Amino acid sequence: MKTNLKMLLGAFVLLLFVSCKNDASKQNNSAASTNVETKDEPRTGQAFVKDDESKPTVLHIAIGSPDHTTLVAAVQAAELENSLVNAGPLMVFAPTNEAFAALPEGTVETLLKPENKAKLAYILKHHVTPGNYSKDFLKKFKKLGQASNENIKVEVKDGEVYVGGAKILASIKAGNGIVHVVDKVILPKN
Amino acid sequence: MKNTLKIFAALFVGAMLFASCNNSESSTNGSALSSSAAEKVYVAPGEHDEFYAFISGGFSGQLAVYGLPSGRLFKVIPVFSVDAEKAYGFNEETKPMLNTSHGFIPWDDAHHPDISQTAGVVDGRYVYINGNNTPRIAKIDLTTFETTEIIEIPNSAGNHSSSYVTENTEYVVAGTRFGVPVPQRDISIKEYKGNFKGALSFLKVDPEDGGMEIDFQILMPGFDYDKAHPGRGDSHGWFFFTTYNTEESHTLLEVNASQNDKDFIAAVNWKMIAEYVKNGGGTKMPANYAHNVYDEETHMATSTMKKEVLVVDPTEVPGALYFLPTPKSPHGCDVDPSGEYIVGSGKLSADVTVHSFSKMIKAIEDKKFAGEAYGIPILDFEAINAGSVKQAGLGPLHTEFDGKGNAYTTFFISSEVVKWKLGTWEVIDRKPTYYSVGHLMIPGGNSGKPFGKYVLAMNKITKDRYLPTGPEVTQSAQLYDITGEKMELLLDFPTVGEPHYAAGIPADLIKPNSKKLYKLEDNKHPYAAKSDEDTKVVRDGNTVHVYMTMIRSHFSPDNIEGVKVGDKVYFHVTNLEQDYDVPHGVSMIGANTSELLIMPGQTETFVWEPKQVGVWPFYCTDFCSALHQEMQGYVRVSPKNSDIELSWGLGEDDEDDE
Repeated sequence: MKTNLKMLLGAFVLLLFVSCKNDASKQNNSAASTNVETKDEPRTGQAFVKDDESKPTVLHIAIGSPDHTTLVAAVQAAELENSLVNAGPLMVFAPTNEAFAALPEGTVETLLKPENKAKLAYILKHHVTPGNYSKDFLKKFKKLGQASNENIKVEVKDGEVYVGGAKILASIKAGNGIVHVVDKVILPKN
Repeated sequence: MKNTLKIFAALFVGAMLFASCNNSESSTNGSALSSSAAEKVYVAPGEHDEFYAFISGGFSGQLAVYGLPSGRLFKVIPVFSVDAEKAYGFNEETKPMLNTSHGFIPWDDAHHPDISQTAGVVDGRYVYINGNNTPRIAKIDLTTFETTEIIEIPNSAGNHSSSYVTENTEYVVAGTRFGVPVPQRDISIKEYKGNFKGALSFLKVDPEDGGMEIDFQILMPGFDYDKAHPGRGDSHGWFFFTTYNTEESHTLLEVNASQNDKDFIAAVNWKMIAEYVKNGGGTKMPANYAHNVYDEETHMATSTMKKEVLVVDPTEVPGALYFLPTPKSPHGCDVDPSGEYIVGSGKLSADVTVHSFSKMIKAIEDKKFAGEAYGIPILDFEAINAGSVKQAGLGPLHTEFDGKGNAYTTFFISSEVVKWKLGTWEVIDRKPTYYSVGHLMIPGGNSGKPFGKYVLAMNKITKDRYLPTGPEVTQSAQLYDITGEKMELLLDFPTVGEPHYAAGIPADLIKPNSKKLYKLEDNKHPYAAKSDEDTKVVRDGNTVHVYMTMIRSHFSPDNIEGVKVGDKVYFHVTNLEQDYDVPHGVSMIGANTSELLIMPGQTETFVWEPKQVGVWPFYCTDFCSALHQEMQGYVRVSPKNSDIELSWGLGEDDEDDE
């Protein structure tokens, strides 16, 4: 019975996806027309491997979360999907939609524009650490070296862990690392 | 909490959602290659490839020989692991090859093949390759494509920054990954800092036969020495080693070895140290390591235990050692064909750092130091840095060069090869790899003269790239055409073991030297039977030696009687053929070993200890001839207390009265 429900749920999502897929490919096309490097090349790579047996990757966790649609849109716009399914290990600090919404008005829209792809990618890489540490274990660190090449501070206040000023709200183990949900976008210095 | 729940619920549907998305995506991936790619890698039946590629097998311990551009596999050369197919490590002749101070070790982790060089150009005489685990360096002779020498490296562990040759193959270099107590002793691991050492070993190469001897070991601080490459051109005489764990941590390195923003590239003036040693410098310390050499004339290896090694304290040779600060646990350490640029890839960085050799020399002259570590001067980063390739990808690992001013760097996390320009550091092109690339190889790409036609990317992960074979799937190599401004993916082929690194060379530099057979008149094996007259069976107590020959299509002798349960029977089998590509094999029922695969003119030996009375057959295991199936024989095994005398024969008549 439980399985049936799950299947129904899955079927429903599949339906949803058909429409979403169309939108996505339209987006891809428009991106390609302004970006020489990806022109005429279908998106390939590990992110597009069909695999329903493995534990979800950090990318799949973000995609599956209704609270991270902005983050996922940003990852897709920056074309970082393949890096996020890599063997890593990767520790992703995933700002919620609310966190993105708290940025000055228009920030997200501007970053999602194709001409800002490199800038967006840099900001996203600033949310990724090569490593895989639990929230508790993070308390051992003073700083973390991010994929952006910059460091972020790790602080503990009232037992809670803050990275680059953002509070860890929840943590989900992934097949290739861990996702820590955070309440703020961690802005790089550069 | 509510958030977490939501995420978990979403997780399941999310995964499904994504999987379905892939379906539609992958259907459009099929025709990524243009039809001209097929033409570029097509080598017609009977035609030869343009390049040899020697691709290490990583954890297989072996070295595989491929052709490029076809990607066809020709031979797997056993190096550090036993190989039942070729009897390597199973026959009596090659067992000593795998001897070490820890006894017979049947496996190792083969990493970095490097082809010998003359005047900075690959010369096709030998391939040297390192065994990581029980530190060893092997030499493969490229006339026979066989492993002919293995030397163990004392005071070393995780022999990783190895086995690179200098411009004229003066030295083969082996650097330790692990700091270890030198000499080894019973101390607490917590006493690591300052007490553990990192040995950089310089193996002098005999210009005549490529043979190796440890000339000296530099006892460095206990950092982890990761990768290395020699200087060339103006920087010939120097050697460069990347280091990580300059924190000298001994536990949880994934955290503790990533604390320093910069580790070092160690620049070693080996010419200066060689001179110092030649003039009596250094200290001889007791050691125990195996030196195993295969003699092509006796077809036999001997293992010698060496008892002493010369060590050098780097602080006693001022001016011979400097540290070049390099960001974020640098892994790859590559030197461009001119010898001017030293490329260090911080594996946790997004950038590739390039140092300048001429700036380094100037910084030394101007004493631009930023401090010292264990008495070794640290040069000022700004004074030596030539530039860096910024934000080129994620997880830079290794760089090779095309000889036309371009460099190619692999990025593990973003799974790509990035082409960039030396001097301007601008990115010219990037191409995905499928997936998670480690090393890459351009034939001659880390020498003074690259043959910049192809780059081969070696991938750790393939997931869906081939027909699936259960949880364990092959690793792969991918060939790109690099003759144009943009790289073009031509071919994607599966490999043996882990294709850790490779060395490539134009086929014409090797092909004419490849031997067709071993001359029977040169065979000096002590148990060889060079004709049917030499065949015999000799008893010495419980030991029986069979001097046997093989030729199309019989063994001589092929009937043996008088062997008893409890005997130890050595079959010394000589292949009398003197004809190209006519090997014979032999195997004996119940023999606790592999077959022998014996090349024309060669003698090999296997041991059989019969445990059961009876008449037991042996046969040829290589399909040698039209009468291959007739190539067989029998050994009669009698009880331990039997008094049947040894007798043997070939083609004798049956006894009439029985």
